Amino acid sequence: MLEPVSPLDREALAELATAALAAVAGAVSLDELARVRRESAGEQSPLARANRAIKELPPLDRAQAGKNLGAVKQQVFGAIAARKEELEAAAAASRLAGEWVDVTLPTGRAPVGARQPLEVLQERIADVFTAMGWSIAEGPELEAEWFNFDALNFGPDHPARQMQDTFFVDPPGSNLVLRTHTSPVQARVLLSQGVPCYVAVPGKTFRTDELDATHTPVFHQVEGLAVDRGLTMAHLRGSLDHLARAMFGEGATTRLRPSFFPFTEPSAEMDLLCFVCQSKDPTCRTCGGSGWIEWGGCGMVDPNVLIACGVDPTRYQGFAFGMGIERTLMFRNGVADMHDMVEGDVRFSLNYGVGI
Amino acid sequence: MLVPLPWLAELTPLGGRDGDAVAAALVSVGLEEEAVRGSGVCGPLVAGLVLDVKAEPQTNGKTINWCQVDVGEAHGAVRGIVCGAHNFEAGDKVAVALPGAVLPGPFPITARRTYGHVSDGMICSERELGMGEDASGIIVLARLGLDPAVGADLIPLFHLDEQTVEINVTPDRGYCFSIRGVAREFSHATGEPFRDPALIATPPPTADGFKIELDDAVPIAGRAGCDRFVARIVRGCAAAGPAPDWMRRRLTQAGMRPISLAVDVTNYVMLELGQPLHAYDLTGVAAPIVVRRAAAGERLVTLDGVDRALAPSDLLITDSPEGERGARVLGLAGVMGGASSEVGASTRDLLVEAAHFDPVSVARTARRLKLSSEAAKRFERGVDPELPPKAAQRVVDLLLEYGGGEADVAVTDVGSPVLPAPVSFDPSYPDRIAGVRYGADRVAAVLGQLGCVVARTGGTVAPLGEPGGVAGAGDWLVTPPSWRPDLTRAIDLVEEVARLDGYEGIPSVLPQAPAGAGLTKAQRLRRSVARSLADFGLVEVLSYPFTGEDAFAALGYEATDPRRAAVRLANPLDAEQPLLRTEILQTLLTTVRRNVGRGSTDVGLYELGLVTVPPLADASPGVPARPAPLAAPLPGGDRRPPVEVLEELLAAVPPQPRHAAAVMVGQREGAGVWGPGRAADWADAVEGARVAGRAVGIELQARRARRAPFHPGRCAELLVGDLICGYAGELDPRVVAALGLPGCAVAFELDLDRLFELAPDIRLARPVSAQPVAKEDLAFAVDRATPTAALVAAVRRGAGEVLEDAFVFDVYEGEQLPAGKKSVAVALRLRAADHTLTPQEITAARRGAVAAAAQDCDAELRS
Repeated sequence: MLEPVSPLDREALAELATAALAAVAGAVSLDELARVRRESAGEQSPLARANRAIKELPPLDRAQAGKNLGAVKQQVFGAIAARKEELEAAAAASRLAGEWVDVTLPTGRAPVGARQPLEVLQERIADVFTAMGWSIAEGPELEAEWFNFDALNFGPDHPARQMQDTFFVDPPGSNLVLRTHTSPVQARVLLSQGVPCYVAVPGKTFRTDELDATHTPVFHQVEGLAVDRGLTMAHLRGSLDHLARAMFGEGATTRLRPSFFPFTEPSAEMDLLCFVCQSKDPTCRTCGGSGWIEWGGCGMVDPNVLIACGVDPTRYQGFAFGMGIERTLMFRNGVADMHDMVEGDVRFSLNYGVGI
Repeated sequence: MLVPLPWLAELTPLGGRDGDAVAAALVSVGLEEEAVRGSGVCGPLVAGLVLDVKAEPQTNGKTINWCQVDVGEAHGAVRGIVCGAHNFEAGDKVAVALPGAVLPGPFPITARRTYGHVSDGMICSERELGMGEDASGIIVLARLGLDPAVGADLIPLFHLDEQTVEINVTPDRGYCFSIRGVAREFSHATGEPFRDPALIATPPPTADGFKIELDDAVPIAGRAGCDRFVARIVRGCAAAGPAPDWMRRRLTQAGMRPISLAVDVTNYVMLELGQPLHAYDLTGVAAPIVVRRAAAGERLVTLDGVDRALAPSDLLITDSPEGERGARVLGLAGVMGGASSEVGASTRDLLVEAAHFDPVSVARTARRLKLSSEAAKRFERGVDPELPPKAAQRVVDLLLEYGGGEADVAVTDVGSPVLPAPVSFDPSYPDRIAGVRYGADRVAAVLGQLGCVVARTGGTVAPLGEPGGVAGAGDWLVTPPSWRPDLTRAIDLVEEVARLDGYEGIPSVLPQAPAGAGLTKAQRLRRSVARSLADFGLVEVLSYPFTGEDAFAALGYEATDPRRAAVRLANPLDAEQPLLRTEILQTLLTTVRRNVGRGSTDVGLYELGLVTVPPLADASPGVPARPAPLAAPLPGGDRRPPVEVLEELLAAVPPQPRHAAAVMVGQREGAGVWGPGRAADWADAVEGARVAGRAVGIELQARRARRAPFHPGRCAELLVGDLICGYAGELDPRVVAALGLPGCAVAFELDLDRLFELAPDIRLARPVSAQPVAKEDLAFAVDRATPTAALVAAVRRGAGEVLEDAFVFDVYEGEQLPAGKKSVAVALRLRAADHTLTPQEITAARRGAVAAAAQDCDAELRS
């Protein structure tokens, strides 16, 4: 065995260090690094032997020797630790790289659900109104004839009452109907809550139409009613414009056209400028070439309705409007056939997920 | 209402507008466009000279004519045409549709091979061109008094280039069921001048006219059924002959069938002026005519051949044969005439009726008999009471001009019609309703344009938005014209001002509502439930709420099941489904079946909606379920009903709670690359209901129950405390088979209204402990029938307040257990709020749990 290197021989110690560092750098695996550690810094390594040689030096030299050796050891052990970290990181990276999967495989273990878009649309419309401070009111679908007609200025002999294609409850004297519009809720709200009143009423309505591409006996409307001091047709128009823009985008353009409803005076039909052709295509299938899409009816609440609901028409006035939810969805989302909306085929709802 | 443009143009210049432009002008004043129609004939349709006709008998017994027809150089000169008609000969000029033409149908004309020839066009009849009903032979131009050059375009000659605008008349505008009314509105819309066709000079009534007696013993609401009756007599008129071509053409364009001069003239004048008219064969009418209500048991065969039973509210036109006053019924006043006094082939003397009837009376009779005639349509919307003498005069004039004869000098005009009353009108009212500053002058001008007489007794314009409407010192007195019986209130005049000034002038202003509180609790919770079920993997659908007895039977409802007590519709669309659903599953299962039928094998559906639950007629046990009689009051709409009537009204509407229901069939989790799938089972249904409950802050408890349509052993009632909020489980396999669903189906139905009432308004905080948790597992042997929920409840009770959670993680039945026993393993999670649990505390909790399980459930701890 060779003589141990003298811990006072700094050159020799530097040589030892250089050799050890080269060996550490050359280790390419954790196993090899362990061997290098044994050989360069283990019990039998030149460094250990130099260390042991310290105690044989004269006491005055020992401090210097310890200092010399300590510096070399720090250098070598530091290099080993750093190399170990490197090799471990490389090993982990290579293991994980082997654990790859095909991320394009199907993942849909859980069943996928969806909302009915007509319901979501009603919620969306309700949000537009609550944002303006309005309330959302509701009422029964099976309704007293009085609320559906008489309270709304449809007298018993009024021709408009016959034009409503009403489902009547048996026996006929029961004076109950399936509501033909959401308007009876106007009367219910005015009678129960009084004025001022700002409500929107989404809900289900019924008429004796056979189901076809554009009609369904069960459909949905949203009604608006505002009664307060000083409300005018300008406020009606402002509310409708706001709703139209919320539903169809900032560019939505409306027009009012004179019409007749027993419960409003003056009355109007509300049309939307066709957002497909902008009234420029006589063969447009969305508007039928007319340039305008009928969206709903509206007007100023007839004083007779206010009187029937206990509101003084000399002090309060207001407006009301109603539009079809199905129609809105048809135009807004491009639904071509009413059947799709009412038949309950899961594929129709699934297309929308939980939004519209 | 069909408005032929040339007819309209007689009363107001169209200013070069075509059908679309006329329709647009009418839309702007509130007459909705239905369609713009042409004749449906598209050229070439030309005059042809028949050069040769060769009759060729066919094997099918017919004889066809092989004709050589000269259609002019420009159209290829002489063409060979096959024609089946025989009412013409060589030398006649006829109407030839050449290949490329389209006749109404649409029926395109091509050169085609038929009967051994190539027929190079078609010789047309009136019916083929849509000009009339005559299909007996082809048109021979000379017989129409026409002699155009060979090859001349017949479309303008036949008026086939004329357009007709179809408009929808709203119920308040009865006067627009006339060319007169539509022309007036057109004039309002465009500013074009208007010529009133009712400005006709009429002779004064005489005392010796045909005797008419107005004798209404039971007026409706104090209004006489007939308040004016004009009768005129024309003698020696060719009433049964045809009307002139122009009149027949206009009637055809307006959608009416020409019949005879007498009938056509009355229809023509009705369309022109809006006054329904009737012409009687004078020889079949015995004076006096009495206008009276029907007596009980009277009957009438109406013009349409139907024998009808009359009601005492029906107003009748009767006459007095053999001096018996009012003994014979001639017609239903304002609705339809009777068959007996109809104008016939031999009629030469006519009695013309032009009357004014009460709208309500006519509406009731028409509605009761489901008889909507042209006359009734007009009377029930209101007819100008000044029209009868003018319309009668117009009829007389036209009869004499086209049928000859003489009119009696005697004129009957009885009754005193009610004319529109003056309306007190604040001239600032239109401004305050429309939100537009019209100003008094503009308001007066518009009202004047309408035909109102405006007495401006003063008037100041109040600022916009101020309340008003009470008769004030500044009010005007506005008298509407006779043709506007709908204008009875100031607000009606406001609409006219806004309408004629134009709605496009109304500004857009967003109103400022008082601050709101957003959705109600129920509305918020409903959204949470709907969304949670979608996230649970169910698809929301909507089903029609109509069902029937068959569905109840298929669902296995007993006769006494209260869900059979459903509200019945008097006029259902489907006779098999006349009932309103009492549960959503009744209709949702049909939707499931439709989806399965369309190939969706794994379906999970849900619906939120109302069900109708009327009170039971008799709720005693064992009694078949029937709804209690339904009867809502029907007070007038002219004032707020008294409180007690309102309460009665609200109470009369059966309760309609909101439910949620779901159905799952097939696989709940599909098979895939991850492994096999899993069929939906009862637990998915219960969990679905629980998901809905959790969405509103409620943990629903399950308890075994029996209820149709569920499997008798696999149904849970879902509780909050002791209140049942719904049911869930597997459907009875017999129900599944009866509904035609495949395999196993599971479902739930929840009463959301009840759930929402029980849902917390505020969910209170629970402190979160940072202390360490102690986990203890306990396995018990209990009777098979013991509900695991009861065992867990006992464990919870016994473990004391250090228990954070307890849940079942294994249930086992088998060899290592005695018969009739099962093993239930419960995991405990123990934790204190403020310290690490000591071993003693843990042991105490464990022992407490075991003791309580033994006490409550006879459970034995397994070692």
